[in-house]
Amino acid sequence: MSAPQATRMSLHAWLVTDDVTSARQAKLGRAYRAWRELVANPLAFGGALFVLLLILLAVFAPWIAPYNPNAQDLAAALRPPSGVNWFGTDEYGRDVFSRILFGARTTLYTSLLVVVIVAPIGFLVGATAGYLGGWIDTILMRITDIFLAFPGLVLALAFSAALGPGIENAVIAISLTVWPPIARLARAETLTVRNADYVVAAKLQGARMGRVLWRHIVPICAPSIVVRLTLSMASIILTAAGLGFLGLGVQPPTAEWGAMAASGRQYLLDAWWLTTVPGVAILLVSLAFNLLGDGLRDILDPRNG
Amino acid sequence: MTPAIAVENLIVTFGEGPAAFRAVNDVSFAIEPGKSFGLVGESGCGKSTVMGAIAGRLAKWQGDISIEGERVTQRRSLAQRARVQMVFQDPYGSLHPRHTIERTLLEPLEIHGLGDRDRRVGEVLEQVGLPQRFRYRFPHQLSGGQRQRVAIARALILSPALLLLDEPTSALDVSVQAEILNLLKTLQREKGLTYLLVSHDMAVIAHMCDDIAVMREGRFVEVTDRHRLIAGSFENDYTRLLRNGV
Amino acid sequence: MADNASLLQIENLRVRFRTLAGPIEAVRGVSFTLGREKLGIIGESGSGKSMTGRAIMRLLPKSAEIVADRLQFEELDLRAASEKQMQAVRGKRIGMILQDPKYSLNPVMSVGAQIGEMARFHLKVSKREAEQRTLAMLEQVHIRDPRRVYNLYPHEVSGGMGQRVMIAMMLLSSPSMIIADEPTSALDVSVRSQILELLDELIVSRGIGLMFISHDLNMVRSFCDRVLIMYSGRIVETIKASELENAQHPYTIGLLNALPRIDAPRETLAVLQRDPSWLEPNR
Repeated sequence: MSAPQATRMSLHAWLVTDDVTSARQAKLGRAYRAWRELVANPLAFGGALFVLLLILLAVFAPWIAPYNPNAQDLAAALRPPSGVNWFGTDEYGRDVFSRILFGARTTLYTSLLVVVIVAPIGFLVGATAGYLGGWIDTILMRITDIFLAFPGLVLALAFSAALGPGIENAVIAISLTVWPPIARLARAETLTVRNADYVVAAKLQGARMGRVLWRHIVPICAPSIVVRLTLSMASIILTAAGLGFLGLGVQPPTAEWGAMAASGRQYLLDAWWLTTVPGVAILLVSLAFNLLGDGLRDILDPRNG
Repeated sequence: MTPAIAVENLIVTFGEGPAAFRAVNDVSFAIEPGKSFGLVGESGCGKSTVMGAIAGRLAKWQGDISIEGERVTQRRSLAQRARVQMVFQDPYGSLHPRHTIERTLLEPLEIHGLGDRDRRVGEVLEQVGLPQRFRYRFPHQLSGGQRQRVAIARALILSPALLLLDEPTSALDVSVQAEILNLLKTLQREKGLTYLLVSHDMAVIAHMCDDIAVMREGRFVEVTDRHRLIAGSFENDYTRLLRNGV
Repeated sequence: MADNASLLQIENLRVRFRTLAGPIEAVRGVSFTLGREKLGIIGESGSGKSMTGRAIMRLLPKSAEIVADRLQFEELDLRAASEKQMQAVRGKRIGMILQDPKYSLNPVMSVGAQIGEMARFHLKVSKREAEQRTLAMLEQVHIRDPRRVYNLYPHEVSGGMGQRVMIAMMLLSSPSMIIADEPTSALDVSVRSQILELLDELIVSRGIGLMFISHDLNMVRSFCDRVLIMYSGRIVETIKASELENAQHPYTIGLLNALPRIDAPRETLAVLQRDPSWLEPNR
């Protein structure tokens, strides 16, 4: 197995060998195995590619977009898709393709912000409850249950309405609906490992709770939380679009897919593209995240070694 | 001489009221520094519970436990914790699956705020007979015997006086068991370590330990030494059953 | 064991797995025959001993490839057997006992109901008849109060009792051969000997062939008639159990010396030095 380094190993062999000689090789080797599994799963790979494409489009929107997304030209209102306006124009004569591109920025910004807020909160609540147990567990989980009891959109609606419209408030409102499942998941994972020998060993050596959670429980919970969040992406995007549709999310004239679909519905019969294009965009992105999440679940499953 | 560990009238009860179960019922023993004491018995006899109380794992027990003459309770200082280290039965479950070997060995050093970490990790790997390049491996890239060596290294890195060995070889192959038992004996000789070994295997106990206690239903049914065990001169029928298998 | 009609003949059995780092051969050319005897298969983890047992039953994951020059069980060629034929073989004509009965029993069904279902499935008898047979079988495996045990759930029975239940379940269909994979490793010493006695009694009285897979040299030595020693997917030595002390192969000798023994105490145990030449075929 351990061929002398002088006789050059192939890159593949170097990456998959168990005989690692540096921390860098170990990390690269793990990444390589994950990559191979992702490629071997065409649906997940497709999802990953589409998400990557979306990110690139959002980042480079100002350069890609043929028109200013907010420039009105009433003379050119409600033009059907053509070579000049790929996805047509809306009731103010704005180019729909450009607005879709800029809308991707809003969507990604919202969902990433939600993820960044929700992951640590969900983990902390769930892991603390699972690790400490007893009455702390009961209290934390009952609070979680209360949030879970409301349908997500209704809860987000109520909070958005109370906080006032705007993208930041929409993010807070959506976060409130997304953290409870993460907390449940973190608690379940924590329960399975809190009595594991390696956790006991750390505790017997004097590790405090913060260290045990951060060093030992986070690496165990992280994969399933990542998967769960990727799968939640679809519902985060849909909720954001729903809030936008109801006028509680991003305010005009900023481009947002939900709000675009909402404003287009008055012209549904004359200008089908106004609702269809943002709708298809929401559908495709949600689908891509779901496929990626399914794939990640298989790849990150610790049982796969 | 002050014993490395003295246990007096240890009682451990699980549960309360009528459902209470006395797992350890009035057990006393002491181990001289540098000696090995074996606890042998079948599953559920309370041998691991005795170990749990000494390790500081159990929240509730009665009696006295002194480590090198110093009485300890359920709450331990870092210094007290460093004196007693434990090696677990299952080498597959006792190492964090997502930590490299180096990470696993750095953990106790960080907890105890010890410096010169790189040298200490290198030293302890050498002591347990593992090559330095294993630092970057994950547990799943090691064999069972190699993992158990890492677990021993993790215990040694804090320079303890007493090692608690909970069935350290029962999950290993015969040839690997021999290597680990030899390693434990060498380490004991070199460092003057005191061992408390729990096992169900009489042959392992007789090979490793100077004094042996046979446990059944939370009590010591017989306390004997290696020579008498090997010679077969003991009083209790249960000891005979465990030794001979019939 | 006067009956030398062989139940199982294996020639050049190989099991391969495909992995990212290339194919791995877990069993590399194993040949042996099993008669109506107690055949021990000894080896360390990774020696391919369990894999051999599972390959016979075709109980391996999809990524495994099983090839053999001959894989004959009584009149049936197991290589060519259809999945349907294999189902009839598994559990009916070849019984299997695994290490931990807890994982082999259905946790939400009472022990009696599970054995009864087995009886109805394999023997095609009525519900009432199945219950009678189950109770009789529980009595045969020396369970003192069959009525009580019949209604217990798997988590309510001890390890030894669970293993008796597994044996009872297996014997219902009168198999001609049994594969026991570490059947007593999860049991306490005092229970271990009882289970072995029971197994011995039932096998000898019914003339069943037993493949006893274990890592425990001492146990196999005292329990089996003949022992195969496996190393790294090959059989390195075949020897009568009573003559194990005179083993020739350095691996077998090394294993024996590595064992701590009460009757022959030593300061240090001999460490097995692995010789690469053991990996070569046809020594």
